[in-house]
Amino acid sequence: MTVANLLLVDDEIPFVEAMTKRLAHRNFQVIAAHTGEQCLKQLEAHRDIEVVILDVKMPGMDGIETLKEIKMKYPIVEVIMLTGHATVESAIDGMKLGAFDYLMKPCDMEQLVAKAADAATRKRSQEEKIIQARLNAITSTRA
Amino acid sequence: MSDERTVTGYYRTLSRNMFLSIIIVSFIPVFFVSATILYQFRVTYREKVFEQLAELVEKHQLNIDAFLNQKVADIIFLSKSKGYVNLHDEKFLQHKLTLLQQTYGSVFVDLGVIDDQGLQIAYAGPFALEKAHYDETEWFQEAMKRQVFISDVFLGLRGMPHFIIAVRDVWDGKPWILRATIDFVEFNNLVQQIRIGATGFAFIVNREGKYQTRLGFGLEANHEDILNFFMNREHFSTRGVAVVERPDVSGNRHIYAAALLKNNDWLLIYQQSTADAFSHLNRTQWICIIIFILGGVAIVTMSAILTRRMVSRISLSDREKEVMNQQVIETGKLASIGELAAGIAHEINNPVAIMVEEAGWIQDLLEEEDVKTSKNLVEIQDALSQIRVQGTRCKDITHKLLSFARKTDSRIQYIQLNDMITDISALYEQRAKYSLVQIKTILDPSLPAIRGSVSELQQVLLNLINNSLDAMEKKKGGVLTLSTFTKDDQVVVEIQDTGLGIPEANLSRLFDPFFTTKPVGKGTGLGLSICYGIIKNLGGEIHVSSQVDQGTIFGIYLPKADDMSTDLLTKGENQ
Repeated sequence: MTVANLLLVDDEIPFVEAMTKRLAHRNFQVIAAHTGEQCLKQLEAHRDIEVVILDVKMPGMDGIETLKEIKMKYPIVEVIMLTGHATVESAIDGMKLGAFDYLMKPCDMEQLVAKAADAATRKRSQEEKIIQARLNAITSTRA
Repeated sequence: MSDERTVTGYYRTLSRNMFLSIIIVSFIPVFFVSATILYQFRVTYREKVFEQLAELVEKHQLNIDAFLNQKVADIIFLSKSKGYVNLHDEKFLQHKLTLLQQTYGSVFVDLGVIDDQGLQIAYAGPFALEKAHYDETEWFQEAMKRQVFISDVFLGLRGMPHFIIAVRDVWDGKPWILRATIDFVEFNNLVQQIRIGATGFAFIVNREGKYQTRLGFGLEANHEDILNFFMNREHFSTRGVAVVERPDVSGNRHIYAAALLKNNDWLLIYQQSTADAFSHLNRTQWICIIIFILGGVAIVTMSAILTRRMVSRISLSDREKEVMNQQVIETGKLASIGELAAGIAHEINNPVAIMVEEAGWIQDLLEEEDVKTSKNLVEIQDALSQIRVQGTRCKDITHKLLSFARKTDSRIQYIQLNDMITDISALYEQRAKYSLVQIKTILDPSLPAIRGSVSELQQVLLNLINNSLDAMEKKKGGVLTLSTFTKDDQVVVEIQDTGLGIPEANLSRLFDPFFTTKPVGKGTGLGLSICYGIIKNLGGEIHVSSQVDQGTIFGIYLPKADDMSTDLLTKGENQ
């Protein structure tokens, strides 16, 4: 059974490949992207993505800009920032912009798995709340 | 070496130029002002002396002329009032002589009445000159030609110097002469009393240049040159006075003042040596010269002292400037190295992350059933665990490097020295390990913050720790103790090593710029002087104590953040 649907975004292809395999091994459904633009395209194409694992430092559209776009278009999709030491401040800024959490590279797999699972849980609960709210709205209109 | 020589040469040239400039600027005006004043003074003084001497001889000219005229008037009066009849009576004549001598003292020596044949028909006086014949004498012949005649000084029949006043009159159609002899001593005294200074004296000469008065004792009668000069009456003023300065035959310069006497027959000459006449002037000149020389010596000494002080101040500030420049360069270097290190650390971080993930993936695969049975499973797991451990170590190193590099900031801010020391000691862990050095930190947890520039303080600590590690490497190991504590309201950082120590002779020069004991090309000798400058700028102090073979302790004493002067804080905030 799938733990969560993840979108892994990092410009380092070997890193993405290794992570994808490892997360898949832990029953995550993982889609990969290597730029901010690709990330947004994948989100558009796969509406079931629950959590985005997003590198802060990327060529072109960087992690923070991508995060802003994600939060604008898909507010309930949870984002976990991945950062090197030099960009911790950016990652923290990212949290202010609505990221779920941040992790420092190279990261501990168990930590990542736990945070991804938590993020997915929160996303689902948000979703449920929204559905519930909509249902309530519909029922109240009928009544 | 050659640079040092150039620098020394530069300061020597600078000293010389400054010294000469001060001397020239001080001396030239003083010299010209003094010379002008002295020249003017000399000219004025000379004019004054000449004028005084002219006045002197003029006064005596009047005196002597008055003396002669009076005596002439007396004889004329005697001749006219008493007549030949009375006067040729010797008793009467003696009586008149006595009267004259009572009035004038011994001026009149004798009186005589002489007929037109030159026979002295009456005589009153101390000599036996009755009936003496004067018809052959020069004075008699001259006296017969004029009404009044004053002779030159001559010896005459009596064999003593004297001169004669002869008045011619007529009785019974025949000329006769009343003659009076004037005492030479009395007349001579009139002239000899003219004395000024040590060398001034006067004498009288006649038209032929014969002396009419005695010269002073020890004086030589060698006045030919000056007499020739005065023979030319053009040299005399309308008042009959002339003053001139001329050398005598032996080359000594004298001032001569002359006045015409006795209807231009005689010449009164006053002579004084120039050196004597100008003795006051010369003394004043000498005083001026001595003052000038003493002043000159004072100016030269002060110039030398001032020059030395100024040049040493300049050389000190040049050295400080050089140290500052080096400091700026070193700080710049450190900042560049920091940036470079940050870049490299970041770049290394990604490959390390990939390696760790790949190792993780292998670890995941080892969980698969088919692999679990492999006989090398334990070996593979060990190898993977090692890869993960070393990857984590790499990560730690890059993180430390990045955290250090991010602090290359020269702004003045609050600094917690404990954190800085922890960061730096972490950076040195590897080097210390290879040098067999153990790093100990004894940090006071309640250490107050200080204010300063992070990059500058890092520079100081890195420098001191580097030196300590160098000293211990040479000893093949040791203990580096970094401690912080508070003492007398100051924050203290001590860097103590167990290295080779510093010889006492070098301790006092340790913070001098360019002092180094490292081999050529190894050290600039600027490290410690820069440290010293940085700590001084922060209002702190740096102390060193050392024992050879025992080790060295560097102590940095910094004021607590609250104690630091407002100046420094303002300076920091403006940067």
